[in-house]
Amino acid sequence: MNASGSRGAAAYLGATLALAILAALAFAVGRFPVAVGDLLGAFGAKLFGLAYPLPENVETVIFKVRGPRVLAALLVGAALAAAGTAYQGMFRNPLVSPDLLGVATGAALGAVLGIFLSRDVWTIQAFAFAGGLAAVGLVYWIGSSVPRHDPLLALVLTGIVIGTLLGSGIALLKYLADPYNQLPAITYWLLGSLASINPSDLVAVALLVLAGLAPMLLLRWRMNLLALPDDEARALGVDTKRLRLVVIVAATLMTAAAVAVSGIIGWIGLIVPHAARLLVGPDFGRLLPLAMLLGAAFLLAVDTLCRTIAAIEVPPGVLTAMLGTPFFLWLFAASRKGW
Amino acid sequence: MLRADKLSFGFPGRTIGAGIEFTLAPGEVLCLLGPNGGGKTTLIRTLLGLLPAHAGSVHLGDRPLAHVRRQDIARTVGYVPQAHAGAFAYRVQDMVLMGRTAHMGLFSTPSDRDREAAARAVGTLGIGHLADRAFTEISGGERQLVLVARALAQEPGILIMDEPTASLDFGNQVRVLGHVRRLAAQGIAVLMSSHQPDHALQCADRALLLGEGKAIELGKPQEVIRPDTLKRLYGVDVRIVDNTCLPDYALRQ
Repeated sequence: MNASGSRGAAAYLGATLALAILAALAFAVGRFPVAVGDLLGAFGAKLFGLAYPLPENVETVIFKVRGPRVLAALLVGAALAAAGTAYQGMFRNPLVSPDLLGVATGAALGAVLGIFLSRDVWTIQAFAFAGGLAAVGLVYWIGSSVPRHDPLLALVLTGIVIGTLLGSGIALLKYLADPYNQLPAITYWLLGSLASINPSDLVAVALLVLAGLAPMLLLRWRMNLLALPDDEARALGVDTKRLRLVVIVAATLMTAAAVAVSGIIGWIGLIVPHAARLLVGPDFGRLLPLAMLLGAAFLLAVDTLCRTIAAIEVPPGVLTAMLGTPFFLWLFAASRKGW
Repeated sequence: MLRADKLSFGFPGRTIGAGIEFTLAPGEVLCLLGPNGGGKTTLIRTLLGLLPAHAGSVHLGDRPLAHVRRQDIARTVGYVPQAHAGAFAYRVQDMVLMGRTAHMGLFSTPSDRDREAAARAVGTLGIGHLADRAFTEISGGERQLVLVARALAQEPGILIMDEPTASLDFGNQVRVLGHVRRLAAQGIAVLMSSHQPDHALQCADRALLLGEGKAIELGKPQEVIRPDTLKRLYGVDVRIVDNTCLPDYALRQ
């Protein structure tokens, strides 16, 4: 207890420190470097009303350009990691990502449809959000009305089939899209990006992420029992069908909100919960906050790299895959113990 | 305490067994015997309310099981499933603590009282040395003991065990059956299924022989476990010598 308790505390401390350093870096580096002193001064002035003379362009870079983007990276990273943690526990499988039931594919189809119909950014985001919810709703409805002994397997298989169908819908729209304007926009959206985030998006996403997070935090003990075989969890007094529905709704809400503003950024929901579980074990109450911290830190680091390593911005989805694949293979090879 | 009345059971759309009648009294050990695929596990799932009865009824105390909430069933009936490997590396003490869930509020986490109850259950089974180990890393026999401890943490009046000795070595079989007897002596009613008629002869007060989709016999193990009933259940020739079932081929030597 004590050994693992102190290991958990160390993990939390380390993750928080890393997050703070990464956040400072994200504000400081870029095409327009900001000195650390200016950064501290700017936040001192904003938060505590300290007098600090700051050139206007520096203030604009900190609060108007980089601020929303840093917040978006934290929010999207934490949301994807939380949804992945919940799904991996619920589907009793460490290789599961939040897209298992088709939320990202559904969101992508919604966004692509919005772009195809030449709608404005807001409508495209709304389409993406609605598409994600509708896809998971459809999968849940079909998966739970098929009479099978194993409800989880029914959900997963339905998710795969519906995901393929939605994928072909995306392919069709890409084929029909105007190749000079729409197709590049579709491709760009599907690669994911935090560059075009705006502050009013952030408020909406934050509210939706909180709405999804609240039931997970409240039900954190019971979430552990979903990792047991269904019969056992029910015999221990848990209404697994209802709990599963709550978790699916919560995780879908978070993922759909994140995907709607950032596009598809893969791997975070898959590898971050995994890494967190290696650090503090599978107990959901301890795992969820750490996974969110690590997810926020990871996406912030990736996004900072994306806008600094090359003259043009690299899509974050490309970097998460490039960093995620070797990490995942290493985990796979190195962990001989249970997940 | 637990009563089955003209009970038919099975999967949705397929009835496996019918006409099951018994009452399980406090402090009694009832052993369910039958061949593979004979419906022991399905009957157990029906008695736990995990599958609906096809006809007849199961009563928990004086209430029909179908009308009792999941959480209330879990406060009265402890379930020991067949040992499995587990998906994630939960520590043994957390695994046992999960047995307390039915005593917690919907949004609660384990209280000190829950932790004490779990620690007591761990102590009863003598597995304190495993408390910090991962459930995924211990042996099959140890896992079975952990699952018994988890059921005890439920503080149940009735314990339902699905083949608790399957896949255990000789020592762990003796250990688990010893715990069954001790728990019955404390007034807990135990229903366990087994592949081994000998286990019924050694530690059960009554045996229910389940075959051909019905209860073939119900009574004292020494009276219902006979060469003819075992031939009917398993299709093999055995003789009972000194309260032990010996196969014919062994006696011919």
